[in-house]
Order: sequence, then structure tokens, then C-alpha cells
Amino acid sequence: MLTFIAILLDGLVYAAWLFIVALGLTLIYGVMRIVNVAHGSFYALGAYVAASAMGYYFAHVWWPPASYLIIPGAAVLVGVPLGLLLERGALRLFYGRGEIILVLVTYAIFLILEDAMKLIWGVDPYYSVQPYSLLGTVGIGGMPYAVYDLCLVGVALLLGALAWWGLNRTRAGKLLVAVIHDREMSVAFGVNVTPVFAATFALGAVLGALAGALTAPEITVVPGIGAEVIVLAFAVVVTGGLGSAAGAMAGALIVGLARAAVVHLMPSVELFVIYAVMALVLAVRPRGLFAPAGVRQI
Amino acid sequence: MATAALGVLLIAGAAGPAYLRFLFQLALGDGLAVLGLMVLMRAGLVSFGQGFYYCLGGYAAGIIGTYVGLTDGFALLLLGAAAAAAAGLIAGLLIARYREIFFAMLTLALTMILYGLLVNNERLGSTDGFNVPPPHFLWWAPAADRLGMTLFVLSCVVVGVAALALDRYLASPMGWLGEAIRENELRVEYLGVSVLRLVLVKYVIAAALAGAGGVLTALAVGHVDPGLANWTTSGEFLFMALLGGTQNVIAPLLGAMVLQLVRTYALQYAPYLWQMILGATMLVIILLLPNGLWSLREIRRREANG
Repeated sequence: MLTFIAILLDGLVYAAWLFIVALGLTLIYGVMRIVNVAHGSFYALGAYVAASAMGYYFAHVWWPPASYLIIPGAAVLVGVPLGLLLERGALRLFYGRGEIILVLVTYAIFLILEDAMKLIWGVDPYYSVQPYSLLGTVGIGGMPYAVYDLCLVGVALLLGALAWWGLNRTRAGKLLVAVIHDREMSVAFGVNVTPVFAATFALGAVLGALAGALTAPEITVVPGIGAEVIVLAFAVVVTGGLGSAAGAMAGALIVGLARAAVVHLMPSVELFVIYAVMALVLAVRPRGLFAPAGVRQI
Repeated sequence: MATAALGVLLIAGAAGPAYLRFLFQLALGDGLAVLGLMVLMRAGLVSFGQGFYYCLGGYAAGIIGTYVGLTDGFALLLLGAAAAAAAGLIAGLLIARYREIFFAMLTLALTMILYGLLVNNERLGSTDGFNVPPPHFLWWAPAADRLGMTLFVLSCVVVGVAALALDRYLASPMGWLGEAIRENELRVEYLGVSVLRLVLVKYVIAAALAGAGGVLTALAVGHVDPGLANWTTSGEFLFMALLGGTQNVIAPLLGAMVLQLVRTYALQYAPYLWQMILGATMLVIILLLPNGLWSLREIRRREANG
């Protein structure tokens, strides 16, 4: 019974983290048909900026609770300018060349940003545990859980609700959904996709950076965290269906719970399970769980 | 044409300094893997998983050499390629059904699974890897200072044979059908060709070539580690394919060589900037020469012909 609770809670926490990481990626793909390998860089940049900012903040000790505002602040600070700059400055030049070219372009951007981060922050690790440790732990079924982790679940739910509301109840969101489902038709109906693309990429960047900023208090921020995250995010997004926010949530839940179960019951296959789940889902539903239906061209 | 280029390479490697020969050696090993990638890319399939077979080949050479005691270079080459091809057949049965981004993701997942398995395996050295015993060839065991040149000559021959064979394959109906699949798969099915079987064959060919490349690199470097299976290695193969182009069998080898040179000198002169230089180079190439450096030749020839 205890193991079951542990699996459930660990799975939910990991799923929440995966969802926050994957949401930006799936949105960018859905709207722009770009598999953004640089999403890992946004994540890493968000983590670095948040860690540095919090380090600076706590060195000039002010009111600790306000430090939590640094997290979304760092995310927006990283995501908006970088997202807009990359989309308008670099990606725009390669539209119309096909999906795979864009994958390689974003991979090149990822490499450039990796070195940019090394140049700015060096190779030393950055820590900023205060936001994590300040919230303390809570006992559930006799096992201590960090309140920060449980708050992460709350943040994920909030993001999910915001995404649903944004995509279904606002005009801009409905335009986004229209572009996701059929770009040509949307253009025919008068949607100006240029600002839609720029805004979506910036939004995806902000979400990626937010994931990094939220994770920064839990990890040591070093070079290379971006690369690890990309593969996980891809697996989740492909499982759930590219372009679907509900898919990102479903994919994150399945992968998160599967991984938690495996970690508790059969730890040696932990690295397997994410990809095994993805392969299994793709075998049954070749486009992922909630993928928007595509039109086959003959 | 292929033989002439490789002849030039042979002379450069043989006559030049040892470090240059080693650079070309690495480029040849990678070049085999990229040749395999070229076959797949001509069919419109971008694989992030050539590293899987590259690593398999290298580890096969290492394991057979260390634990079985068989260190004959030719045998290791054949066994490594065969192991990779067998793995390719099994993996291909699942993966060959997918296209585009799902194909790329599944191959990426496959290679990361191997990476995870190797990192967790203490016996095989985890992230450190292990050393590959120096090979001998049939009855002749080259002295330590002659081993490098021997392997270089072997690599040149192997890559030359592979390039020639691939040239014939790509000029054959099966090769041209690859391009047809890239254009419009459904119509190829209407023609009566089993696309699935064709893609599977191409996938196994790519796997075998990558495995052979892995064996060559393992023997030349004398060491294998799980990093060969990381998706970033496969990403580099993709870069080499993009850099060189996929129009001719020489193009991927050219791409491999250029990337190796760029990376080595970038690492030497700007150690904290080499990834940035690599990324920027790739952006420029994709922007200005989308068909790779080989397309320069086509442009020049077209201008010469008026």
C-alpha cells in the first residue's frame, strides 16, 4: 500500500515536471511544425538565469517569499527576447524548407546556445536551494515529501488549466488551434500567421525557460542539463501526440507514472521505460495519443 | 571518380604527418556511418540513430577482442557489421513503418536506450568504456608503429569498396525507388512495390555500414565508450551528411572530413567556442548550400556548360 502511494505521488510529481517541460515543445510543433531541439537550451537558460538571480537575491537577503517571483520573472526574461530573436532572426530564413531542415537548424541553434551559456556562466555549477528548502517537507503515509515538489504539481495543473482556457476560450487561442489543425485554411480565412508564429515561439520559449527556472532550486545547474531534458521532452510529446496540449498532459502522466512504478519495482530498467512506453504507444496509435488528425496527401 | 578521390586521400594520409592520417582515419570511420545515413536520407528518412549501430559495431569489436580473444581485423570487421545488420533487421521491423518525425524519434530513442544500458553496465566500464586490443590481420601482426598506417590503408580500402558498391546500388532500380519513396510513398505502393520491405532493406544497409564504421574507429582509437551511442554522435553524422550533401557517394566522405577538420582546429584554437562554430557553420551551410558542399561542383559545372 505504501509503495502504491509512493509510486502515485512520485509519478505525479515527475509527470508534473514532464508536463511543464513538454508543453512548450508541443505547442511550437503544433503551430509551426518545428521540432525545437533548442527547447533544451531554453530550459537550461531559464535554470541558469533563475539560479544566478536567486543567488544574487539571497546574497542581499531580502524577504525570502518574494524570491518565488524570480522564477516566472526569469522565464519571461529569457523566453520573450530570445524566442522572438530566434524566430524572426534565424528560423524565419528556413521556413518552407521542410521539417527535417528545421530540426537541424534548431539543433545548430542548440549547439550555439550551449556554448553561449558556457561563455556567460562558465562551467562551474550553480546552486540555489533556498526556494526548495524554505518550503520544508510534509509527511504523507509516513514518507517525507518536499512541499516544493507538491507545489510543482499545482503549478502543472494551473498551467494545464491556463492552456485549456487559453486555447479554447480566447480568440487568440482559437486562432492558434485553427493554425495547428490546418495552416493553409487559416491563411485562406485571413489569419496572419507571421505574428502567430512569432508569438507561439516566444510562448514556447517562456514555457521551456519556466520549466528550467522551476527546476533550478532542485538541481545543480551545470552545462549539459539541456541535452538530457530534450530527449525526455521529445518522448513525452511524441507519446501524447505532437501539437496537442491534452496530449502533453496524457503523455506526461503515462510516462511519469510508468517511470515511478519502474523505479520502485524494477530500478534497472528505468532508462528503458520512457522509450519503451513511447514505442508501445506508437505501435498502437502511430501518431501518438491525441494527435490532431493529419491529411494524407496523394 | 570515387577511386581517384580516394587515391588522393591515400597519398595525403600516407605522406602527411601522423596526426593528419589519424584525422582522416576518424573521418573514414565516421564516413562509413554517414554513407549509411545517405542511403536513408535519399529515401526521405532522417535517422538520429546511426550512433546505435556505430556503437554496436565498436563494442562488438571490443567485446570479441577482449572476451573471446579473436583479434583478427577482418573477422572483427565482418562480425561487427553482421551484428549491426542483425540488430538493424530486428529494430527495422518496428521502426520501418514510421516516417518523418516519428522515425527520427524512434531511432533517437533506440540509441539512447543503448546509451543507458551501457552507462549502467559496470562490467563494460560504464561511462569510461574499455580498451580494444590491437588487431592482427590473418597471420600478420603489425608492430605498434605500423598499426596506424595499416588500419588507414584498410579503412581506405573498405570505404572505397563500400562507396563503389553503394554507387552501383543507388544507380539501380532499388536505389532510385528510394527517391521515389521520398517524393510520394503512396504512389510507389500503387506501382506494386512493397515500400516496407524496401525501407527495411535500406535500414539494414545503413546499420551494417555504421557497424563497420564503428569497428574501424574502435580499432583505430583503441577504445570504446558509451558516448558513441549518445544522440549527439548521431547528430554529428547528420551534420556530416548535410555538410557534404547526398548527391554522390563521395559527398558524405567529404562532409565527414570537413567536419573532422573544422572540429579539430576549432577545439584547438577556440576550445570554448567550438560548438558555437559548428552550429554557426551548419546554419550557414543550410542557408547558402542546402545540398551540401557537393552542390558547389554542380553549380560550377552548370555555369561552365552555360
